[in-house]
Amino acid sequence: MKNLPLLFCGIFFALAFSFTGLILSSNIQIGSLNQTTQSLNENGNNIAGETLYPLKTAGLAKQGKQVYIEMGCIYCHTQQVRRQGFGADYERNWGPRQSVARDYIMQDRVLLGTMRRGPDLMHVGGRPLNADWHHLHLYNPQITSKGSNMPPFAFLYETHKIEGEPSPDALKFPPNSEYGPEEGYEIVPTRDAEALVEYLLSLKLDYSLPEAQIVE
Amino acid sequence: MDTAPQSNSQIANPYSSKDAAVRAELSEIDASIRSSALFFTVSAIFWLLAGTVFALITAYKAHEPAFMADGAWSTFGRMRSAHLNAMALGWGNNIIFAIGLWIMARLCRAPIRHGGMLTIAGIFWNVGLTIGIGGIIAGDITSVEWLEIPHYATPLLAISYALIGVWGIVAFKFRKGEHVYVSQWYILAALFWFPWLYVIAQVMIIWFPARGVVQSVTNWWFAHNVLGLWLTPMALATAYYLIPKVLGRPIYSYYLSVLGFWALAIFYNWAGVHHLIGGPIPVWLISAGIVASVMMVIPVIVVGLNHHMSVVGLHKEVWRSPTLRFTVFGAISYTLVSLIGSSMAVRSVNEITHFTDFTVGHAHHGVYAFFSMIMFGGVYYMMPRLLKREWPSATLIKLHFWGSAVGISVMLFALHVTGWIQGLEMNNPDISMLEVVQNSIPWLKARTVSGVLLTFAHVAFAVNFFWMLFAAGAVRAKQGPTLLDSSSKEGAA
Repeated sequence: MKNLPLLFCGIFFALAFSFTGLILSSNIQIGSLNQTTQSLNENGNNIAGETLYPLKTAGLAKQGKQVYIEMGCIYCHTQQVRRQGFGADYERNWGPRQSVARDYIMQDRVLLGTMRRGPDLMHVGGRPLNADWHHLHLYNPQITSKGSNMPPFAFLYETHKIEGEPSPDALKFPPNSEYGPEEGYEIVPTRDAEALVEYLLSLKLDYSLPEAQIVE
Repeated sequence: MDTAPQSNSQIANPYSSKDAAVRAELSEIDASIRSSALFFTVSAIFWLLAGTVFALITAYKAHEPAFMADGAWSTFGRMRSAHLNAMALGWGNNIIFAIGLWIMARLCRAPIRHGGMLTIAGIFWNVGLTIGIGGIIAGDITSVEWLEIPHYATPLLAISYALIGVWGIVAFKFRKGEHVYVSQWYILAALFWFPWLYVIAQVMIIWFPARGVVQSVTNWWFAHNVLGLWLTPMALATAYYLIPKVLGRPIYSYYLSVLGFWALAIFYNWAGVHHLIGGPIPVWLISAGIVASVMMVIPVIVVGLNHHMSVVGLHKEVWRSPTLRFTVFGAISYTLVSLIGSSMAVRSVNEITHFTDFTVGHAHHGVYAFFSMIMFGGVYYMMPRLLKREWPSATLIKLHFWGSAVGISVMLFALHVTGWIQGLEMNNPDISMLEVVQNSIPWLKARTVSGVLLTFAHVAFAVNFFWMLFAAGAVRAKQGPTLLDSSSKEGAA
């Protein structure tokens, strides 16, 4: 090749083209999305007085998201529900509807994920799993899900000698569990574990959006 | 492209000339880049070994979750990310800086000036990377795929990259001769594309996060293009350089080279969105990604054909040369991995393979079986010319080749099969997620076995390399190239 201006222009415009087409245009399209009420009035505006969705993650749950990031949960768990008929996300009760771009606009870091070594977590807070279950599962997944290859996060918990009253936060092991503490000891979550569980419980796709209604 | 080259053989000839003056010129160029290329190669091999250790830990943890589970630092997500970054930015980038810049300097027939500065920039790159991977393990991981390195290390990486990449462009500016060879197009383009991708991704995801899933689109535009516009062009440039050099005959077709280059440049950079098929982003973006992914068949077939026709009839020479045995393995893998990749972008296939180990297998098919194998070939070719001494042991080269070839084949088989099964089972809600996981365990164990084979291969490579580098007298005195077939002593390695 001898035509160097063509070479340089080609190299530049090849990437400029996809940068414009994929990044800038999606920034225009998605960047203009705002919070909205679950349905719109006849003029296409938000209905006054109703809650705006999606909600922003705040407080302890927000700290929990940071723990989720630091532990690399994203490498085995997605946070996206595919539409009915494409995969079995809906049938597995991973969410009552598909997730759409607007569901993520309040997130500083979007954790869609691309690997499902475990279930999707977009709606994990809406499933019948309480904080006690989550703590046991995080402490050692074998307690609640025998045979899982999820690593235990026991380092997020502390073992204490019971002095006086047992702690109300102590993990509630099933009777005679081989993973339970010794007699006279209890296992309590650290603040990181409390925050992580709070975050997991806050993950809910239980609201409708004008473009994605939950069909009962 | 305005004029057809007179004859490809005349173009290729100056670099494999028997003419003493031309050889002297090449020797001078090699001398100018020797210390920095050696520094990058040594760094690359250290990262390769470190990345292999992280990989073994990760692979073992995937089926033995209680292994090394006592501390946050060694949890699966961090070990996996340390592996990815050590391999991509440690092994991959360092070996590109070594071989890519060396090839660029040789083809431009321009000695590298102030090579010491290049080495200093390289030291900063590796310091930045060490801080970055230390940060991942310490818990500052960003959980953004392919961009896990924490924000305090990335500016150092970006600046030192800029200082390194500019050397290739400077060499190009001071080139001699009219014609620009295909390897130079690829290297020039990649040196320019990588910083653009990296800086945009850092700014839009980490520094000033874009709204919602724009981050995800940017993430996959970046991550897929690290493969497509950085590792791939560098490996193709290396293959385009090595095949004619070792075989002593030109690349089959100039026009196929041109077509392959431009088709890659135009299509590859749109393809990344296929990682978001079924995801919460506008459908037209995904469709654009699918179309581009399928269009990638064109450059892949063209390049595959061009490489195949360049080696056809000389299979014995290919098998005998350490360089070409690795390079041709890589070139064949390029065709296979790309065709599989294009089909994975089709919605009905993606519905099964998405979110499974099939993708993990595919990534290793590309980065290892294609990119790394060609780069191994490049190291086997470059080192004797930089050091003016031969590889000490043909046996170690064979161990490296067979460990790598069998290891990666076992891994790809295991991950593709288990990924496909996982996909089918996950799409069947009657099978619980726990069963899906348990059915994959035997295959994940096979993956660990493949990792052990790859470890042997990398150790053999490293031993041979350092033996050569700190050569004992016996190696220095060795005459003739180290070939993999003792019956014949002629030809280039």
